[in-house]
Amino acid sequence: MRGIISHGAYLPHRRLDRSTIAAVAGTGGGKGTRTVASYDEDTTTLGVEAARRALRATATVPGALWFSTVVPAYVDKTNATAIHAALRLPGDVIAADFGGAIRSGVAALRAALAGGPAALVVTADIRTGLPGSADEAAGGDAAAALLVGDDADGPVVAELLGSGTATDEFLDRWRTPGDVRSKQWEEKFGEMSYLPLGVEAFNAALDAAGIDAAAIDHLVVAGPHARAAKAVVRKLGVAPDKVVDDLSATVGNPGAAQAGLLLSSALERATPGQVVVLLSLADGADALVFRTTDAIAQLVPSVSVADQAAAGAPLPYGKFLAWRGLLTPEPPRRPEPARPSASAAGRAEDWKFGFVGSKDRSSGAIHLPPARVSMTGGAIDDMEPIPMADVPGRVVTYTIDKLVYSPSPPVVFAVVDFDGGGRAPIELTDVDPADVKIGTAVEMTFRRFFTSDGIHNYFWKARPVAGAPTDTAETEA
Amino acid sequence: MASHGIKDRVAIVGMGCTPFKEHWDKGVDDLALDASNEAFASVGIDKDDVDAYWLGTAQSGMSGITLARALQLQNKPVTRVENYCATGSEALRQAAYAVASGAYDVAMAVGVEKVKDSGYQGLNAFPIPSDGTTRTLTAAGSFSMVAPAYAEKYGVEMDQLKRTLARIASKNHHNGARNPRAQFRKEFSVDQLCAMPRVAGDLSVFDCAGVADGSAAAIVVRAEDALQYTDKPIYLKALSFVAGNGSGLVDPGYDYTWFPEIAACAADAYAQAGITDPAGRIAMAEVHDCFTPTELVLMEDLGFSERGMGWKDIESGRFDLDGELPVNPDGGLKSFGHPVGASGLRMMFEAYLQLRGEAPEDRTISSITPERNLALTHNLGGYPGEMVSFVSIMGPTLD
Repeated sequence: MRGIISHGAYLPHRRLDRSTIAAVAGTGGGKGTRTVASYDEDTTTLGVEAARRALRATATVPGALWFSTVVPAYVDKTNATAIHAALRLPGDVIAADFGGAIRSGVAALRAALAGGPAALVVTADIRTGLPGSADEAAGGDAAAALLVGDDADGPVVAELLGSGTATDEFLDRWRTPGDVRSKQWEEKFGEMSYLPLGVEAFNAALDAAGIDAAAIDHLVVAGPHARAAKAVVRKLGVAPDKVVDDLSATVGNPGAAQAGLLLSSALERATPGQVVVLLSLADGADALVFRTTDAIAQLVPSVSVADQAAAGAPLPYGKFLAWRGLLTPEPPRRPEPARPSASAAGRAEDWKFGFVGSKDRSSGAIHLPPARVSMTGGAIDDMEPIPMADVPGRVVTYTIDKLVYSPSPPVVFAVVDFDGGGRAPIELTDVDPADVKIGTAVEMTFRRFFTSDGIHNYFWKARPVAGAPTDTAETEA
Repeated sequence: MASHGIKDRVAIVGMGCTPFKEHWDKGVDDLALDASNEAFASVGIDKDDVDAYWLGTAQSGMSGITLARALQLQNKPVTRVENYCATGSEALRQAAYAVASGAYDVAMAVGVEKVKDSGYQGLNAFPIPSDGTTRTLTAAGSFSMVAPAYAEKYGVEMDQLKRTLARIASKNHHNGARNPRAQFRKEFSVDQLCAMPRVAGDLSVFDCAGVADGSAAAIVVRAEDALQYTDKPIYLKALSFVAGNGSGLVDPGYDYTWFPEIAACAADAYAQAGITDPAGRIAMAEVHDCFTPTELVLMEDLGFSERGMGWKDIESGRFDLDGELPVNPDGGLKSFGHPVGASGLRMMFEAYLQLRGEAPEDRTISSITPERNLALTHNLGGYPGEMVSFVSIMGPTLD
C-alpha cells in the first residue's frame, strides 16, 4: 500500500483585505482576503514551515525531499537543500527542486506516489500580480507538505487507489522568468481547453481505482484557471457538496501549493474509509484517487488549515506593495547588511538552518549558538547538540528598534527564554509592536533576514504563538 | 596570580583634547595631530621626546602607521589598539604599563575617531564576515531593554523612571553647556526631554550619546620622574579592564538590571587603588553615558549607590555638578558625542583638569577635598550581556 503518511500546511500570518486595493490602485480588488507572505518569507521558508508541521505529526523520516515552486529563491542552486537543513534530515536523504510551473507541484506528488523511498513533497508559492490586477487579488501565498510512502515506512492514512493524466500543449497562462506577473490568454480559450482534459484524467483515475464518481466523499479541484476549475465539476457527476472549499475567500489561489494545501485541508476533515480525489488542471490535467485508512483518525495536524485560514492579521495595501517590491519606501539611513559568508555559514549549518544549540553535559547549560567551551564550569568539548527549533519560549524583555536596518522597519526584538532552559536574543516577526509583552509565548520560525549580493540570509526568528495566553505570572514575580 | 595594578607608579603629566564635533574640515590625521600637539605643548616636549606611542582607534585607521604618518614619527614604536568603545582608555592603559615596566621613559596615548565620514548617522561597525546569524539590533535598542527591566525589578513606575533618565540627560547637557569643547552646548529641561519621540524602546534620540569626531591624548611617565615634567602630575591609582564572555546574552540568569563586567571591573580597580569606600574617596566620576539607562545602572555597578537606589540618588541631585559626587562634569558622551577611540581619553582629560584645578570656573566642582581627592573614569564597549569595561582611578597626590 502506498499513499500519504502525513501532511501539513502553512499559511502566512498576514492578510490583504481585497477591498482596500481599488482605493490605491484605482481598480481591482474584490471581497474577502488573501494571504500574504511576510517580507522575511520566501517560498523556501514557507516550505520549511509546512514541512515541519507534516513531520511533527509522524515518526517517519523521509528518504527523499522534493520541493516545488514557481518562485524559487535561487536558480542554479537547489532550494530544497535549505529545507533539508532546516528539518535536520540525514545527509543520505536526497533533496531536489521541481521548479518553474504550477504543474510541477502535482508532478512532484505523482513522482513520490510512483514508488521509491518515503518522500516528503513540499510545495510553496508566492503569487503576485500588477497592482489592481485579478491575479493580485485572487492569488495567495501558502505552502503544503505531503509525506508519501509505503505502509512499511509508516501508517498510510490515505492509500492511492488510482491515477489519471492528460497532457496537452496550449497557451493559457505564462510568465517570463524574473517577471512579477503572469499573463493569461483570453479566458474562454483556456476553459475550453481544460474541460475535456480534466474529464479525461478524472475518468482514467476512477477507472484505475475501480470506483464511481458517486463514491467520492471529498473532491479537490486545483488549478490556476478559476473558471475552468469551477466548470469542470459540473461535468464530473460529483455532487457540489462534495467539493472541498477552495479557500478563495480567505487564502486565495496559491499556485503550485494549491493542490497540496487543499488536499491537506480535505484530509484533516476526512474520516476512515472515505474517498478523496484530487483533480488538478495545469497544462493538462492530473487526477489522484485516495481512500483514507483507519490510521487517519490518529493523525492530528499540529495546526489545521481551517484554524490558520480563520486566523491572521491585516496588512495595509501599501505594505503589501512594498513587500512585493512594487513600491519602494525610503529605507532607514543605515548601511545595508553585508552578505553572509558561505564558509562561515557552512560551518554553522546546524545552528543557522536547524537552530541546534549545544548543552554542556556537566552543567546542563544550553548555549545558543553552540559553543565548545562552557560558559559555566569550564568544560571543553563536552557538549551535546540540542535542537531548539520546536521548543516554545517566552519573552523576557523586548524593545522596538526604529533605528536599525530592516527590510521592513521597525525591528521588534526580544530576549527569549526557552522552556527547559536556554536563552537567545531574537528578532520577533508576525507581530504588531503594540502586542508584544513580557511573558508573550513565542515559537521559532524559519525566515529570510535579508538578501545581499543575491545571497539569501536564512535564520530563525520568534513569533507569538497564535491564541496562547501571555504568562503574567513572570511579570508579577 | 593577582591583579596587582601599578598604583602610584605612573603619572599623567600632560594632555590634549580637541573640540568634539562634526569636524567636516578635519580628517583623522588633523585630529590626532591637534590633540597630540596640545599634549606636547602642555608638557613642553616634542614628538621626539616621546619614546613610544599607543594609538586608540576603533575603525578610523589600521596599524600604528595611522599615527606615525600623521605626526611624521621617525623610527618610533607605535601600536594601534582597539577594544570596542573603550579603545581610548585601552591606549592609555598600554602606555602606562609600558612606562611602569621600565621599557620606556615617556609614552603617549592618542585616541582618535573620524566618525562623520561614513555618510550615515550613528556608529556603524565594520562588517566582519559571519554566518549571518548575529543579532539585528542597534546599541540603542539593546540598552533600551535595561529600562523596563530595572523598573520592574525595583518597582519603579515607568513614568518615574523616564523622568529619572531625562534628569540624567538634563544634568549632562547642563554640564556640557559649560564646556567649550563639547559638541552640544544647549540645556534641556526634564519636561522637554520627556516629550521627545521614542526611537528605540522608551529611548528618544536625547537618551543617546551624540555622534562626533574628536581626539584626545595623554603623556605618561614614571611617578618618580613626574615632577621633571609638571608641578601638577596626576598619579594613576588603578587601571582595570574586563572583557565579558558574552554569556549574558544567552544565560537565563541575567536580568538586564546590571552589568556584571562593570561590577567586576570596579571591584578590581578599587582593590588596585586600595579603596574600600568608593564614595568616601572618589570626588568625581566620568562615566560612559552612551544611553541614559547606562548611566543609571553604572551608579550602582560602580558602587556609588545601593542596588535599586541609583534612581533616587540621581533624583536627589547627588551626581549634579554641585552635588556630593559630580558625575560627568564635562557633559559626558551626552554632550560630547562619542568618537570611539577618543572618548576614554576625553574622560581622563576632564579628571585631569578638575584634579589640577584647571576646569573653567563655571564647571569647577567643589567636592574635591584633601581627604577625598580621587577621580574615576569608566568606559565601556559592547552591549548588555556582552561588554568590555574599563575603570581608572587617579589623584593629584601620592598615597
